[in-house]
Amino acid sequence: MGYVGKGIKKIDGMGLIKGASSYTEDIALGHNYLTVKLLRSPHAFARIKNINTTIASKIEGIECILTYKDVTDKRFTLAGQSFPEPSPHDRRILGEYVRYVGDEVAIIAGTDEETVLKAMKLIKVDYEILEPVLDFEKAIDHKSIIHTEKPYTSFNYGNEHMRNIAAQDLLVEGDVEKELAKSDVVIEHSYHTQAQIHGMMENYIAVTYMDFQDRMNIISSTQIPFHVRRHVSKILDIPRSKIKVIKPRVGGGFGGKQTAPMEIYPALVTKVTGKPAKLVYNRKETHTCTTTRHEMKLTVKLGATKDGIINAVDIHGLSNTGAYGEHAWTVFSVVGQKTLPMYRAKARRFYGEVVYTNMTTAGAFRGYGATQGTFALESAVNELAKKLDMDSSVIREKNLVKQGEVNPTLNSFVGEKSIVLDSSTLDECITRGKEMIGWDKKYPMQKISPTKARGVGMAVTMQGSGIHGIDTASATLKLNDDGFYTLLVGVSDMGQGCDTVVAQMAAEILCVPVSKIIVNSTDTDVNPYDPGAYASSGTYVTGNAVIKAANLMVEKIVGGASKILNIPEEDIEFNGESLLLKDGKEISLDEIAYRLVAYEGQNQIITTGTWGGHTSPPPFIAGFAEVEVDLETGKVEMIDYAAVVDCGTVINPNLARIQVEGGVAQGIGLALFEDIKYDAKGKMISDTFMQYKIPSRCDVGEIRVEFKPSFEHTGPFGAKSIGEVVINTSAPAIADAVANATGVRVRTLPITPEKVLMGILNTKHSN
Amino acid sequence: MEIKLKINGINKEVTIKDGEYLQSALKRLGFLNVRKGCETGSCGLCTVLLNGKPTLSCSTLAVRGIGKEITTLEGESVEVAKFAEVLTDEGADQCGYCSPGFTLTVIAMKRELESPTIDEIKHYLTGNLCRCTGYMGQLRAVKKYMEVK
Ligand code: FES
Ligand code: FES
Repeated sequence: MGYVGKGIKKIDGMGLIKGASSYTEDIALGHNYLTVKLLRSPHAFARIKNINTTIASKIEGIECILTYKDVTDKRFTLAGQSFPEPSPHDRRILGEYVRYVGDEVAIIAGTDEETVLKAMKLIKVDYEILEPVLDFEKAIDHKSIIHTEKPYTSFNYGNEHMRNIAAQDLLVEGDVEKELAKSDVVIEHSYHTQAQIHGMMENYIAVTYMDFQDRMNIISSTQIPFHVRRHVSKILDIPRSKIKVIKPRVGGGFGGKQTAPMEIYPALVTKVTGKPAKLVYNRKETHTCTTTRHEMKLTVKLGATKDGIINAVDIHGLSNTGAYGEHAWTVFSVVGQKTLPMYRAKARRFYGEVVYTNMTTAGAFRGYGATQGTFALESAVNELAKKLDMDSSVIREKNLVKQGEVNPTLNSFVGEKSIVLDSSTLDECITRGKEMIGWDKKYPMQKISPTKARGVGMAVTMQGSGIHGIDTASATLKLNDDGFYTLLVGVSDMGQGCDTVVAQMAAEILCVPVSKIIVNSTDTDVNPYDPGAYASSGTYVTGNAVIKAANLMVEKIVGGASKILNIPEEDIEFNGESLLLKDGKEISLDEIAYRLVAYEGQNQIITTGTWGGHTSPPPFIAGFAEVEVDLETGKVEMIDYAAVVDCGTVINPNLARIQVEGGVAQGIGLALFEDIKYDAKGKMISDTFMQYKIPSRCDVGEIRVEFKPSFEHTGPFGAKSIGEVVINTSAPAIADAVANATGVRVRTLPITPEKVLMGILNTKHSN
Repeated sequence: MEIKLKINGINKEVTIKDGEYLQSALKRLGFLNVRKGCETGSCGLCTVLLNGKPTLSCSTLAVRGIGKEITTLEGESVEVAKFAEVLTDEGADQCGYCSPGFTLTVIAMKRELESPTIDEIKHYLTGNLCRCTGYMGQLRAVKKYMEVK
């Protein structure tokens, strides 16, 4: 029929642009919500010696003030991961210790904002100030221990809390030392990737109330409604059957909303007072008191022959998880999982530690470690090419893993058997990207004027599609009495368009226009289980489940009709709109749908498909950047970015293209502007969009996108994922372009004018 | 304080708090899509038109609206629908949270600029941040809407 592969409009697009009420804030009207606010720590590390709320509680309109003395001392993680969460359980609702500037000290609920703010000022807290750990390279065995109590860990990933280590990882294949020793050339450099703020436009918001069945209703802007239900149930001791989580349209997430940083507070207020409650984070809290990308220092060693054959890849990592260990180990392990399989080396290793510091907690962020790993590995490969005096695209031609090859690190886990790379057109992506950017004419640089130089640079990367062996999604299809379908899924569309993509897949199989399929992904009571929108799983995992449900639907419609009409199934042909019978008669879907649900048929058809994968097929992207550097100021201007992507079959070219453009732009932010700054005492100072610069439309230059589809046999219609892979190449490609233009290699993100200029001046001096 | 505001052509008696900003007043009146993204005048989400000019309602006192024509998305339904068509055709809508402020700015730009260059378009819209789309698709849509080559 041709709904897959078409640039169909997003099914919710018109409504959203016309401003329909659809986000949490818009639909959470009508209840008389208590305003909830959180008193936060002004210190990076302290113990609360005494906290006095007596005067504050007397303010008229204050409903409740809760401190650590009033809440359970149960510990947990707020990471949105399948149970048992592989993140250390090191948080409390409120604790005696505060571990970063912004950590929660008290929950205050009252009739309105003014009242609550007035009460907040009257809470007296007496702190014993402790020495904070603000440099993650000094965290291990620091004299301050951030978590003195042993956190619960679901399995052993090396949490050594008494040494400020949240997790460790080791992924190794072959004898790295031996291969390095044999190599003609060995390079070793350290790369630093900064923490990054998600900067989604809708701040965090959650409202809670008890409904007519005495059930806790939570409306939240979240990527993980099912995990939120589990968190709240476990933390607040409410049976899961008594909780309903509603997820309206979400105003952007990028992984930030894969952690549930705030739902438990209004839920607790509702539990204590019985009243509806509302917590809205302002921009400051969104930046400071939720999660960021993990800051990392990655030291890469590469060994190669003089013809540029890479023998060994060795990466040591140090990651900063901040005050709590949300996604600490999983993000870190992805650094290795998505870098080691890229190149065909005989030996490879990734190892290192994730440390606690007294800074804002890190968490999931689009790219999930692959972004950090790609910056380091791809920068190192570019440096190796330089050292060998080789075109950096050529060294990749010689070493990149190809479709059909067996790769020992592709399955992510040591000890599992090697798997074959089923689909990759990365080589074609590189060829096309070079054409698009004009590589052969421009590489490595062109002098534009005495003070301006242009350079080109490149990088490649991979991601996964869902988490193999873990992520499992279901989809339910219902044939309604009027002959249209409802598709129920649990994946969360936060703008990327997965509701549309799954509708297209169902439409393809059911042979009806997308408008005949109503997608509902709103509510944990109604929708089948799905871990949520993360790990690039929407199209791949949920999509596969939708296909199963749709195929079953077609079968059951024919079966149902056969029963009512008393005709053998072989004599019925279903074309989506109607059933064609062997005798030439035609019955419309509308009619059969009605007859099936009615007294005559007593058979409303509802089908469910559940799917989880044994592999996580990687999508690929080749990214090419052209920049212009002002040699007098060090300012880097984006001129052009060409991105060529292999995401298997492209289900919706328009939406896929926007995903790529958006991801590349977010990567440009990481490369050039975005930087979280703290003052000497550990207070984040880049806590608004005034200080924390995300790219505007004048900063991104031109971004051009093309696809080189492959066919992934395990994927829905041959598709792989696209959401995350697209952010990874910007930073290393831009760093390379800058290096080619100026001779200055910036290994610490972001690439600010100061760093470039200092580099230029230093080279001048040393010459 | 009681003030009179003309919103989308209709005169309203509005009670505002001391020092209240237009964004919060409009929201209270039920104009839910006058959103807020930053509170520091840097994102453009809260844009409304004051006498046809894009204005950041988060940093404009409500009293500054007295005697002016205030226009929200609801007041431009015809143009909004036209623009929504081209934007969704391009697939250039993601989370949609930035859309109301962005769309109003685009509509005002179309009236203000005659055959603008791409740079002029970018410059006019530069205060409207979007974290999802990477801006390219929005630009393609704006070009179509403005009939710019
Ligand atoms: S909320 Fe007004 S500019 Fe951001
Ligand atoms: S579409 Fe999400 S911020 Fe613009």
